[in-house]
Amino acid sequence: MSSVVTPKMLRPGAETAARPPAQRRRRKPLATRAYKVFRVVALIVIVLSFLAPLAWMFLASLKTNVDIYDASKTLIFEPTTANYETVLGRNNYLSFVFNSFWVAFASTALSLIIGVPAAYSMSRFAMRRSALVVLMARIIPGVSLLVPWYYVFSNLSMVGGYTVLILSHMFVALPLIVYILMSYYDSMPLELEEAARVDGLTHIGAFLKVTLPLSMAGIATASILAFIFSWNNFMFALVLSGADTKTLPVAIFNFVAYASIDWGGLMAASVVVTIPIMVIALFTQKYIVSGLTAGATKG
Amino acid sequence: MTVASLPQKSAWKAYSDWANNHRKWLFAAPAMAFVAILIIFPLAWTLYLSLTDASGSVRAESEFIGFANYTEVLTDTDRFWPAVARTFIFTGAALLVQMVLGMCIALLLWRPFKGEKWVRVAILLPLVATPVAVGMMWRLIFDPNIGFANQALAWFGIPAQPWLSGQDTALATVIFIDIWQWTPMVVIILLAGLTSLSEEPDEAARIDGANAWQRFKFITVPLMMPTIIVAILLRSIDALKTFDLLYATKGRGGGSFNEVETLNVYAYGLSFDYNDYGLSSTVLIIFFLIIIAAMWVLTRRRKDVQK
Repeated sequence: MSSVVTPKMLRPGAETAARPPAQRRRRKPLATRAYKVFRVVALIVIVLSFLAPLAWMFLASLKTNVDIYDASKTLIFEPTTANYETVLGRNNYLSFVFNSFWVAFASTALSLIIGVPAAYSMSRFAMRRSALVVLMARIIPGVSLLVPWYYVFSNLSMVGGYTVLILSHMFVALPLIVYILMSYYDSMPLELEEAARVDGLTHIGAFLKVTLPLSMAGIATASILAFIFSWNNFMFALVLSGADTKTLPVAIFNFVAYASIDWGGLMAASVVVTIPIMVIALFTQKYIVSGLTAGATKG
Repeated sequence: MTVASLPQKSAWKAYSDWANNHRKWLFAAPAMAFVAILIIFPLAWTLYLSLTDASGSVRAESEFIGFANYTEVLTDTDRFWPAVARTFIFTGAALLVQMVLGMCIALLLWRPFKGEKWVRVAILLPLVATPVAVGMMWRLIFDPNIGFANQALAWFGIPAQPWLSGQDTALATVIFIDIWQWTPMVVIILLAGLTSLSEEPDEAARIDGANAWQRFKFITVPLMMPTIIVAILLRSIDALKTFDLLYATKGRGGGSFNEVETLNVYAYGLSFDYNDYGLSSTVLIIFFLIIIAAMWVLTRRRKDVQK
């Protein structure tokens, strides 16, 4: 017996499985059922606490200011689109929507052009120190760059133009793109490129024709996140945008006056900023998650 | 025709060879140049400005005054040190709750269940929402007179709270908002870590008779340590630099009593409300050193864990 290796010894789990079934059935289900109920309740509480405030914002955007002040009309009220008419019509929000979109789009695109090859090179040649320099951009507080930028760009009379805004938002987009794509290229096997080299392509040719098409998923991930973070950015546009080039997060402040706040308009404006980004998030959830967790799970 | 095209072809080939041989730097150069021009040069300038009395207009002359700004800032117990304290309270409290809560939620979501997809969407939404809009949204909810928060307290017979407008409650309230918005980020990162864990150690401990808490403490947490540190690293970078939420909820200077004025908000105010560029550069340099120190400690810790 002692010299025979039984299947039981090979699979330690088999021992529990071999326990008398009656005893198992009696003990386990009680604990698991209690846990299951607890888990469902906990999940409902979690989902509600994350969604309820957003729902509240949306409901308030459909109320008149009189209804917002009336506690009895918390949930039952007559919806109105007046706030949205104020926001989109009178306050010309569509042009701010365009500004936000254009700045986020252009800064993401330009960052991709310079960021993708850089990420590739930094990953393949293990340029950790150079990578650290680019990633510094993520660590530095934005204000410390704003002062010199403001100095230079106002002397060049460029403050208030799109160029400055796009450049400053690239500061948000570029490190994200480099960071995400570096970890993407780190985990991409070299063999395919080597095969392309054997087939007669140059190094750059292999990158353009083989590596680049294969990294489209990573590029999509990086672009979506870069776009979202650029869209949400507030500080750069607060200082560097002009009356015509305001982005949405800055334009929201039009509804906050010293004396009073137009709550209905403010909530409608907030919904207008958030909705596009949430719609993007709903459709690209998988990419966002993989981008946020890039480099987090492997050492 | 062959004679004419031959040298041209070799010129292209020479160029192509050169590009291929130098691709390492050719690929990295544009991004590096961008970073150098827009980040390193401004940083150097900030360092220079911190040694001058630059103020007023951006075109005004400024004089070199050595470390006078640094002595002024470091002895300023009125605005600077309280701002340092608030920065650490905000970051520390938000980070602590986010990590604990994030871990709990990640553990709840770990094993598959029905409707998983919808829960994950719900968790993603606060994270992608524009922080300024989030700030405005909570401003309405926490409004002392018309907000839902006090309405809800009234149901339980708890007296109304001033929330964001209270001198003592404002900081706690913005910490709460930060937790609401960024816990999902921690959940997503930790969940990715949990899913990549192998089952065997947990299984082995279960067979040895370890209960759920023991397995969590002695198996899951140590295995998750690298991921936990990444989450702490990413969150603390962003929490230290929080600006939009504070500006959206309390406005300039972190409110009329500077209730939520962190270093970032203070430096912004010095620059763009008071146009005191020299002093603000000094604050920024100190702030930057604090951030670097924090990052250094954390990455050190990460390397220790990986060993």
